[in-house]
Amino acid sequence: MPGIENTSLTSFYVTPQFYENTLADVKRMEDDFLPVSVERKDEAERVLLKEARLLDELRLEEWLSLYSKKCLYWIPTIPGGGDPRKEVSIAFDDRRRLEDRVYRIRTGYAYSQLPLSRTRRMITNIEVTEGSNENELLIRSNFCLHEFRVGVLRSFAGWTGYKLQKENDDWKIAMKMVNLIDSDQAHKNLTFML
Amino acid sequence: MTKWDWDYLIQDDRVHRFVYTDPEIFELEMRKVFGDTWVYLAHESEIPNVNDYKTTYLGLRPIIVSRDNDGVIRALFNRCTHRGATICRTDKGNTRNFICPYHGWNFSNDGRLNGVPWGRDGYGESFDKNELNLKQLAKVESYRGFIFGTISDDICSLQDYLGNAKELLDQWIDRYEGELVVRSSAHRMTLEGNWKFVFDNAADGYHVSFSHRSLLAVGERYNLEQDKDMTYFGKNPDRSPMYVQYLGNGHVFLDQRPMYNQVGDRWEQQRPQPGREAYEKTIREKFKEKAEDYLDWTAGAQMNLSIFPNLLIIGNQIQVIEPISVNQTQLTWYATTVDELPDEVNTLRMRSQEDFPAFGEPDDVANFAECQRGLSIPEVEWVMFNRGYNVPDRQTTDKRGVITAPVTDETPMRNYFQEWKRLLSVERRKVNCQE
Ligand code: FES
Ligand SMILES: [Fe+2]
Repeated sequence: MPGIENTSLTSFYVTPQFYENTLADVKRMEDDFLPVSVERKDEAERVLLKEARLLDELRLEEWLSLYSKKCLYWIPTIPGGGDPRKEVSIAFDDRRRLEDRVYRIRTGYAYSQLPLSRTRRMITNIEVTEGSNENELLIRSNFCLHEFRVGVLRSFAGWTGYKLQKENDDWKIAMKMVNLIDSDQAHKNLTFML
Repeated sequence: MTKWDWDYLIQDDRVHRFVYTDPEIFELEMRKVFGDTWVYLAHESEIPNVNDYKTTYLGLRPIIVSRDNDGVIRALFNRCTHRGATICRTDKGNTRNFICPYHGWNFSNDGRLNGVPWGRDGYGESFDKNELNLKQLAKVESYRGFIFGTISDDICSLQDYLGNAKELLDQWIDRYEGELVVRSSAHRMTLEGNWKFVFDNAADGYHVSFSHRSLLAVGERYNLEQDKDMTYFGKNPDRSPMYVQYLGNGHVFLDQRPMYNQVGDRWEQQRPQPGREAYEKTIREKFKEKAEDYLDWTAGAQMNLSIFPNLLIIGNQIQVIEPISVNQTQLTWYATTVDELPDEVNTLRMRSQEDFPAFGEPDDVANFAECQRGLSIPEVEWVMFNRGYNVPDRQTTDKRGVITAPVTDETPMRNYFQEWKRLLSVERRKVNCQE
């Protein structure tokens, strides 16, 4: 069996405490953010813009490399999140399930992504503050995303909460929480990455 | 009389494309199928307290399901008896009275008109408040928490309607020591296809290894020898102990349980969910000999039970078909929780319930939409359900009339369409409503 550190194949880190920490991070997203230095803010923005570019260019493997080994990619159904232990999410992916998500699309047999969605996303209203220590940043931003697939152009909007963590001088995405304005409503096809 | 020749459209091994594409047939269905049958409306746990309500649809009709002040469950047409506005516009809540936002007519949650603004002075002799109560469904009944309604006043009891599906529903509910409830939000999706594609698919063991090929392939990432959930469909499924059944009254069933014989099999074969290893450790340490059962219970039931026309039991979810138009459907997956089970088990169950709606259903939904597109071609008329048809010794019928066939056979569709035909052929006498 693959070891505890191989989060591509195992999930020892999504513990009850992990849920508690996630809820605490989300709680902090509701507060006014104390500002960080212009340099820090610029570093944070560059992560977000790079992520958007890699997703829109469907460079999904490179995109995965922006995420930490113990990451969370979360699309709640409840506006503002709710308690994921009690509520079903559109996605609540640990590292393993996130890799599954990409792997499935790459098989070439994911009919919901044949043809692939074309996307372009705008990111605005970016606010950055320090997390629980100087190697952690919390970010809030708004997004507008256009998606085209099988003759139909659709748009999605909402806000995103991020937690970045510093790993060997690089900022990695430890959490991305995508809050669609219509998260509790029906969607036609959410198999592309938000 | 209608212009349709139902015997032509619904044959023994095929149905005409019109039943998926014609708006007029869809309209008939919204009266005769979603109306004259028992249609699933809500789960009692969604309205647990007196004066709770939720809004939903019966076919296309907006409905309020309320637990009135005496605790009686009612299904009210969400339509003001004054000039027609819906009186309730929120998904759920708790109230004793619904006050129409348009001119303020006040109804209690049992449907009675309490009053109109400024008293009845503005109305003449002929005004009779009692004639203007909210209209209600002819009948509302529940079975073990599942609330159904109908506009037919001469339909059999709900239990008789469930018929052979009843004991399977019991088996699904009785898997746990604890009550199965709907407390979570739901996973919802829309699809560009007729609602029957969803019902056809619900007991279809034929499509799994093709439509879900990408999901089954995800297992290859793990380099495992043993089967993971559903990969067994790829290996000569007709020789497997799985089977499909036609249960009568339109209900159908696909049973995957024979692939899981030992305690621990379900946990073992489940595709891994977030926190699997962490929670397994906690559950084993904390619950000792109970742990094996608890871990199995985080997985789905491996029963696909479809109660005609709109209730699909799949995994641990209650899936509801909501037709929108002839070529548009909403699917709602209500996640369930089990009261009395440890939080750790419910948390893992929640993560399991996010697997199939994200990685499985979207590929089916894409195929339904492509079926709808394909069926737009007038020159090619038929939808074939002929796998297993007229093949000697392939299916059996028991004393109850339940027909059992190999898991890839199209027996469920062939038979539920006969029930559909029967319903569409009935001339309705009147609109059935209880005052
Ligand atoms: S429509 Fe309801 S009060 Fe007039
Ligand atoms: Fe399927």
